Amino acid sequence: MKTRLKEGQKVQGADIVCEMLVRHGISVIFGYPGGANIPIYDALYKYPKLHHVLVRHEQGAAHAAEGYAWATGRPGVCFTTSGPGATNLVTGLADAMLDSIPMVCITGQVPSPLIGSDAFQETDVLGVTLPVTKHNYLITKTEDIAPALHEAFYLATHGRPGPVLVDIAKDAQTNFAEFQSPKERDYLKNKIKHKATIEEVEKIAEFLNNAEKPLIVAGHGMLLSGDGKTLLAIAQKQDIPITLTQLGLSTIPSTHRLFMGMPGMHGNVAANRAPNRADVLLAVGMRFHDRVTGKVSTYAPQAKIIHIDIDPSEIGKNVKPTLGVVGDAKIVLQQILPKLKKLKRESWLVELKNWKNEEKEKVFDKELNSTKLKSAQVVAEISKQTEGLATIVADVGQNQMYAARYSTFRKYNTHFTSGGLGTMGFAVPAGMGAKFGDPKREVWIVVGDGGIQMTIQELATIVQENLEVKIALLNNNYLGMVRQWQELFYKGNYSAVSLKNPNFQKLCEGFGINSMKAENFKRAREAIKIARRTKGPFLIEFVVEAEENVFPMIPAGAGIDEMIVSRE
Amino acid sequence: MNKELSNIIIWTENKPGVFFRILWLFRRKMFNIESATVGHTEIPGITRFTITVTGDKDQVRNMCKQVYKLINVVKVEDVLDEKLVSRELAMIKVSTKNRAEKLEILEVVKHFRARVINMALDKLMIEITGGEEKIDAFYENMKQFRILEFVRTGRTALFK
Repeated sequence: MKTRLKEGQKVQGADIVCEMLVRHGISVIFGYPGGANIPIYDALYKYPKLHHVLVRHEQGAAHAAEGYAWATGRPGVCFTTSGPGATNLVTGLADAMLDSIPMVCITGQVPSPLIGSDAFQETDVLGVTLPVTKHNYLITKTEDIAPALHEAFYLATHGRPGPVLVDIAKDAQTNFAEFQSPKERDYLKNKIKHKATIEEVEKIAEFLNNAEKPLIVAGHGMLLSGDGKTLLAIAQKQDIPITLTQLGLSTIPSTHRLFMGMPGMHGNVAANRAPNRADVLLAVGMRFHDRVTGKVSTYAPQAKIIHIDIDPSEIGKNVKPTLGVVGDAKIVLQQILPKLKKLKRESWLVELKNWKNEEKEKVFDKELNSTKLKSAQVVAEISKQTEGLATIVADVGQNQMYAARYSTFRKYNTHFTSGGLGTMGFAVPAGMGAKFGDPKREVWIVVGDGGIQMTIQELATIVQENLEVKIALLNNNYLGMVRQWQELFYKGNYSAVSLKNPNFQKLCEGFGINSMKAENFKRAREAIKIARRTKGPFLIEFVVEAEENVFPMIPAGAGIDEMIVSRE
Repeated sequence: MNKELSNIIIWTENKPGVFFRILWLFRRKMFNIESATVGHTEIPGITRFTITVTGDKDQVRNMCKQVYKLINVVKVEDVLDEKLVSRELAMIKVSTKNRAEKLEILEVVKHFRARVINMALDKLMIEITGGEEKIDAFYENMKQFRILEFVRTGRTALFK
């Protein structure tokens, strides 16, 4: 453990903050200084190993921290000041909360004698962020800083990960205290169950060994547990088709013969139809989200559902499983693997492959062979040129669905997006954070013309840090997903979805980012090549068909059997 | 659906804001709290909540898991009535017009084994403990008099 402070050394609270970050292996902080956290910034001066990235808006800091966490598995860290600085974090916290992303946010608070007095830039940050954090703290005494931060890092990363916020009064930052290494609290550890019981393991094995049409649905929990190999080993041993939820994508290579795509509103045909035919459904590290199940009462009607999740409150929350098992996805699967018989399931796999082919004919081929430039073509081409090894950071909306559907993921943990909250503006700062966390990654940000303008100011941060990220801007001059809903379900009344956009090329010039514009596929392919060859950040504006729709689609609230495969 | 009163007993660390977190969570999950009592326990630093809610049993079960996720919560149990001895405390203040009425009130007090805890010339303050039904019945009997104030604590309970 790297340390700078000795036990019992008398230091200011702000030094303790920096010390605790170093001790938890943090090297990058995303933040924005202000009146109530300026002492921490002063202490940062003594810690040159902590690289502070000055974002342009605190929301950018939060999403960047998410991207960092996603890329590294370590919690992303944000610094912001009190009041508006802290409230600007809220969207990012909510995003991290719903997608289980470890994060530690340290906000400055007005001096403790002023708390409650409606002082300048005072907000009840504990109250405001309570619903969107796993836990939060208000610290008014210097000696409480180290234990709170220690616990914050523990909570952010253990059990189901999530964001933790530590609000520190300014006087606690400046007062002196003796530094003491914090101690572990056993009871927090005891609250987390990692392993399945022997009976549970036997039962799962029995279900799978006797299944005729088993199906795996794995989610973000599987990805977070850091193990796609055991999942694949289980599937291979018994010929079980695997589907991955949007946040589970890249857990196994999407080129694998047993990979049947992503279930959900815009998911793949095979992945959506399979639950309704399956007799055993093994759900791992996922939470039967409404976007995944469609109308929940018609979901997987005849399947025995085995639900494995580390969060006990997810078991039975949305779907009542036949067998609910609380545990870490990786550990439980490792327990199951040796109990499974070797099985072949030719006809079941053929059934799924036929659905896969149906989608290929009706959707994929049409999209990819279109003469007009399509988002699908752009995403597929990026995958092709990067050989499926790049990290795709997708924003929200149609662009996100294209990124999920048309990318090939050959490397573990290479698809990041805002799934649960659906935060437009996520991709640019998150992609930035991912690159900071793991500079060896080739990061491609996929974003629409609506979303990019929500956090476009972070382009300045990217330039200031000369960060090697590539941005694929899919420009259709519409808020595409809402427009699609209006076209399909609101009689084509395009209400407030048309965007008169700025000249993105000139904007890039203003920010100092190299850019290109591509109106057709040939030029798109060339632009991607050039972007990859060019050092530093690069933005390509792809002018895609204005009124393209993402298919298949399950209308909101409808059952999976009501899926619209294509428009014809 | 099974809509009866459920007892949720929660043990938490005695830290600032815990009450707020618990109440927030019940609101967040759309539960209406019927009653809540809080107090210290036999273990130093541990606070015990007895919360009663109406709701479908599955929802209550899930609610307990949600509550357990709160970091400061040490233990949660959803307990059936028959496993508990529960009590409620109520206090009532009534005005007494004359001696006859006073005696009449004291008769009711005696019958319910309640206690007079403050007596003035023109009013009485009475405390009563018991289950909800006993307190309801006591209140019904007191309604014929002029009630100045009435308050009840809500259920608190121990395991049998």
